Amino acid sequence: MLRHRLTQSLRKTTRTFVNLLPIILGMILLTSLASTVFPERISADLFGRHAALDALIGASVGSIAAGHPLASYLLGGELLKSGVSLIAVTALIVSWVTVGMVQLPAEALMLGMRFAIYRNVICFISAIAVAILSFHTLQLISQVQ
Amino acid sequence: MKPKQKKTGPGGWIFLLLVLAVYGLTAAIDAEVATEALGFFGKVMHTVLPVLVLVFVLLLAADLLLEPRWIRRQLGKESGIQGWFVAAAGGVLATGPVYAWYALLKELREKGMSSPLIAVFLYSRAVKLPLLPLMVHYFGTAYTLVLCLYLLGFSFISGVLIKKLL
Repeated sequence: MLRHRLTQSLRKTTRTFVNLLPIILGMILLTSLASTVFPERISADLFGRHAALDALIGASVGSIAAGHPLASYLLGGELLKSGVSLIAVTALIVSWVTVGMVQLPAEALMLGMRFAIYRNVICFISAIAVAILSFHTLQLISQVQ
Repeated sequence: MKPKQKKTGPGGWIFLLLVLAVYGLTAAIDAEVATEALGFFGKVMHTVLPVLVLVFVLLLAADLLLEPRWIRRQLGKESGIQGWFVAAAGGVLATGPVYAWYALLKELREKGMSSPLIAVFLYSRAVKLPLLPLMVHYFGTAYTLVLCLYLLGFSFISGVLIKKLL
């Protein structure tokens, strides 16, 4: 009985996994291409016009960026050093891990198109909100101290 | 009652073919970029493989151990506030690339996990426990704490909005 159930589950899981395989391979290939092309295009020159615009640009850059979150910390740290505002850097870091334009096709295939689009739009807007709120909270904390 | 299992269909293979076509186009424009991207792909595959094994084991465990009724109770529409915290904690603890988790979330949804809780799980993945020391190193303790708290708060907000929109 138990062996039968295990065999059945193994078959089902393998089938799910085989269906998942082209999506994962495609995703990694796409992410690799985006990560290779992306760093050459990004520049601190993009920022520095207006705080709100900087946040929007930061969130946009983070949304199309792909790769390990650690890369967003490194990039964010470098941008901060070159004078880009903390709001823009935070929007970039948050959208990097919450919004996934590159992952959108895979998310839509597995979890549904409507869900994927709504979730990514919500995450994009909230990345800007989190950036603004974090910046002002930190300012408040430093004033209290 | 056994929930219906949706088939993914050939969408995944079409997606892979489209990506390969993009690579072909890139190689035609700039062969060096395509080669560099393929090298990067090899490195990523090396790090992703253990996570894929973990996901396979979790998928198998979910199929064997988790009953649809239990999922509906813990992570379904009637799970209450506890379900939201379970989803957020799961997201914080989940490691590896997000697309590796889509299959498990799809499986859990078929067994009764609600869409808002999937949104909470995916958002709370933004809090990366193993990377927190690095974030502290780059941006300071206060920044890290404030950001993590907002991220957790907004993971619940994203769930509420998904609930309203879907």
